[in-house]
Amino acid sequence: MELYSLTAHELLEQLRGKKISAEQLRSSVSQRIDDTDSKVKAYVRLSGSRQAQEQPKADSGALAGIPISLKDNLCTEGSSTECCSRILAGFKPPYDATVIRKLKEAGAIILETKTNMDEFAFGSSTENSCFGPTHNPWDLDRVPGGSSGGSAACVAADEAIMALGSDTGGSIRQPAAFCGVVGLKPTYGRVSRYGLIAFASSLDQIGPFTKDIRDSCLLMNVISGHDPMDATSVEREVPDYTQSLGKDIKGLKIGIPKEYFIEGLDPEVKNRVEEAIAKLKNLGAVIKDVSLPHTQYAVPVYYILGTAEASSNLARFDGLQYGFRAKSPKLIETYKKTRGEGFGQEAKRRILLGTFALSHGYYDAYYLKALKVRTLIKNDFDAVFKDCDCLVTPTAPTPAFKIGEKSQDPLQMYLSDIYTISANLAGVPAISVPCGFTRAGLPVGLQILAEPFGEETLFRLGHAYEQATDWHKMKPKL
Amino acid sequence: MTYEPVIGLEVHVQLKTKTKVFCGCSTEFGADPNTQVCPVCLGFPGALPVLNRLALEYAIKVGLALNCAVQGFTKFDRKHYYYPDLPKNFQISQYDLPISKDGFLDVEADGLNRAVKIRRVHLEEDAGKLIHETQDSLVDLNRTGQPLLEIVTEPDIFSPEEAYQYLTGLKSIIRYLQVSDCDMEKGSLRCDANISLRPQGCAELGVKSEIKNLNSFKAVRDALGYEIKRHNETLENKEKIIQETRLWDDKTGRTVSMRSKEEAKDYRYFPEPDLPPVVISKEKIAEIRASIPELPKDKKARFIKDYGLSEYDAAILVASKESADYAEERLKACPRNYKSIANWLIGPMVSTGASLSCEIYQINITPENFAELISLVEEKQVISNLTGKAVLEKMARTGKSASAIIKEDNLAQISDEESLDKEVDAVIQANPKVVAQVKAGKENSIMFLVGQVMKKTQGKANPKKVQEILKRRIV
Repeated sequence: MELYSLTAHELLEQLRGKKISAEQLRSSVSQRIDDTDSKVKAYVRLSGSRQAQEQPKADSGALAGIPISLKDNLCTEGSSTECCSRILAGFKPPYDATVIRKLKEAGAIILETKTNMDEFAFGSSTENSCFGPTHNPWDLDRVPGGSSGGSAACVAADEAIMALGSDTGGSIRQPAAFCGVVGLKPTYGRVSRYGLIAFASSLDQIGPFTKDIRDSCLLMNVISGHDPMDATSVEREVPDYTQSLGKDIKGLKIGIPKEYFIEGLDPEVKNRVEEAIAKLKNLGAVIKDVSLPHTQYAVPVYYILGTAEASSNLARFDGLQYGFRAKSPKLIETYKKTRGEGFGQEAKRRILLGTFALSHGYYDAYYLKALKVRTLIKNDFDAVFKDCDCLVTPTAPTPAFKIGEKSQDPLQMYLSDIYTISANLAGVPAISVPCGFTRAGLPVGLQILAEPFGEETLFRLGHAYEQATDWHKMKPKL
Repeated sequence: MTYEPVIGLEVHVQLKTKTKVFCGCSTEFGADPNTQVCPVCLGFPGALPVLNRLALEYAIKVGLALNCAVQGFTKFDRKHYYYPDLPKNFQISQYDLPISKDGFLDVEADGLNRAVKIRRVHLEEDAGKLIHETQDSLVDLNRTGQPLLEIVTEPDIFSPEEAYQYLTGLKSIIRYLQVSDCDMEKGSLRCDANISLRPQGCAELGVKSEIKNLNSFKAVRDALGYEIKRHNETLENKEKIIQETRLWDDKTGRTVSMRSKEEAKDYRYFPEPDLPPVVISKEKIAEIRASIPELPKDKKARFIKDYGLSEYDAAILVASKESADYAEERLKACPRNYKSIANWLIGPMVSTGASLSCEIYQINITPENFAELISLVEEKQVISNLTGKAVLEKMARTGKSASAIIKEDNLAQISDEESLDKEVDAVIQANPKVVAQVKAGKENSIMFLVGQVMKKTQGKANPKKVQEILKRRIV
């Protein structure tokens, strides 16, 4: 077995037992990137150094010696962080994101090269990247999902042991499902956002991509917790998430929201998810039909609130302090040309949508209304979690689609987040775990959702399912 | 037709917290450009604001001192506009739920006492500074993110003098609270004024102009006076007032149009998602209320009542908290002679302060020493008033007591007749003409003789005593 193909917990055991060195591991992963990334294109700016510029001591800390790949929107001091946007060309943050600092303290090796993404996380396919698309390791003609497509693909292709992404409306879970890996969006406030270049502040969360549930726990143990630099991070003790593993799920009440099994759901995906539910029932879980009645409003609410916040968060990219600048003798022209040339098409679309939603005379009808419906969606979850320990749904309505298939149809693209958006609006944690394949050999993801700070339930259920199946062990042929 | 001016003021006050309102950068004035900055106040991607709790407390304090209703639930909002002094291209401010609203400030002007209504007090972040040079404009972001309090009145001020007195009172209160220097020169207090005219007795407001570039309270008063005249003339000529922003020019004493009718600016306010709403408990508000010191209005009333001071004296003494505290310590040290203490504080102390170029309250004379000096002059008459003033200045310079200085410099008045007799005799003999005039009833001439005796004794003779002896001898 090549080292790059192992999980972090397997590697940690070998590292601690001195069976292998961190250097061996690093070069194994590096070799793998050299061998396969020309096909997958999970990483950006790969021509440069791919090593962390600063190597921590590999023999201490919870993730000592484990290489970790980062989405291109996570700030690392002194190394390029560009959100795969031309407007941030050459931007090297003067500081580390809080999660990066924590990873370094835990002995993890931070890869200098970062993973591909839709520009500013605007997209569901990683096609909206100024560096070009990433290819799904299971079928190179298909997208890896998005926006954290690079992080999902590199873990699936064994080009990384684990990776971090960000999830605003499904940007971790949907690509995790498309690429057959485990992807978690933590509870809003569980992980500090300090140093995550914001898309929509009230929805964004950083989360792990891993090869299995145990690795997800290990990564969450390191990155979770209150951060005085992020006022929206919650002061609440971080449990040892690995304690949730290996427990049975007898009597665990699982809700199946009927609004998630509707027209537009691919029959094969539906079958795999139903098989998974049957499996969970066999394992002793109690399956209940439930309803989240405002589900149908999640997509429109998300595209109002998300774009409104994005239009504001992206206002700072004006070419004055950092990144790309289109020079002009006039200030206003510098603004216009910089933003006109620096942003891609989808970024411009969302900035315009959001600007419109916040404009005088439209605010009440769009932004304020959406805010109210968001509360209703949250109330739906509060209500079902009175009765259920968790919910199980498909992660995405379809398996990975073809590159180019939806890129000309933004509305179709937006619908690929239909099952993931609600968790962000409600702030609840949700995870995608591999639950089988289509006949064409494309992975399908099972989404599990729990009440706020219910990550332990996600891990408990996910792990029990993982123990009873082999989906997570499947590897794409590259 | 007679027109009545209606004025509203918008004041920005920089709060003097040690660190900025949403990050840990220093707020020290006068540092090199762009040295007090960090990813947060520079608006770098990924950086997040965290509220400075002290700035919030200061804001609440000002709200309470201005008789506002402090809100139990408040939040921050983003106000969007593009400008190089605003690195995020939005300002974190407060829109529909300010920290405080519906207050008032008592103002005395034009012989009237009125409560000027205050609409709202809210907390926001300051922008940076632009320095325009011939070729380029330079940006200094040290000021970016400093805590700023916006205090907005209702259109409830009716004369330039009232505006002036409102600002004076506001500054005095905020300085009492010790939350801002309110120094217009340093920019820690800034003021914009709105003014319109309406026919006397009419309830509706006329078309307003907004005046900017007001660099002193006097400029506010003068600019408003100018605008009233300009509006009046325009209306008399049956012309239309244009809603516009005008800049005051101190040199020419006029306003000039900057931009006409705000080009329907849309700031696209929305709740700041990076800052959770702030809940302020009743207990917290009570705690902050309890920490508010006695404010100038109450202090003045108390000074009048407790120390029997005149309106005039009390008003001068309470002008700043420091001077009021200084005065009160000294009043308390000399309970027999409040009026004299007040006189000395308002008179000789001011000149001493001037000659030392410091404020009165910075003069290093203990209350005990101060009391002793006054008793030596006023009660015991050990030294004359004039000598007393000189002693006071020396006390301020050396920190020594009055009695020590009098002894060292041998300044004690000579009051016993035996010692004075000799000098008086000599003066009478040397000035027969003047003595004759006095005898002839020209009583004022005796002062000349007194002066001669004072000269001979190097000012130490007790002039009253000298006059007494002279009278007795001559008449």
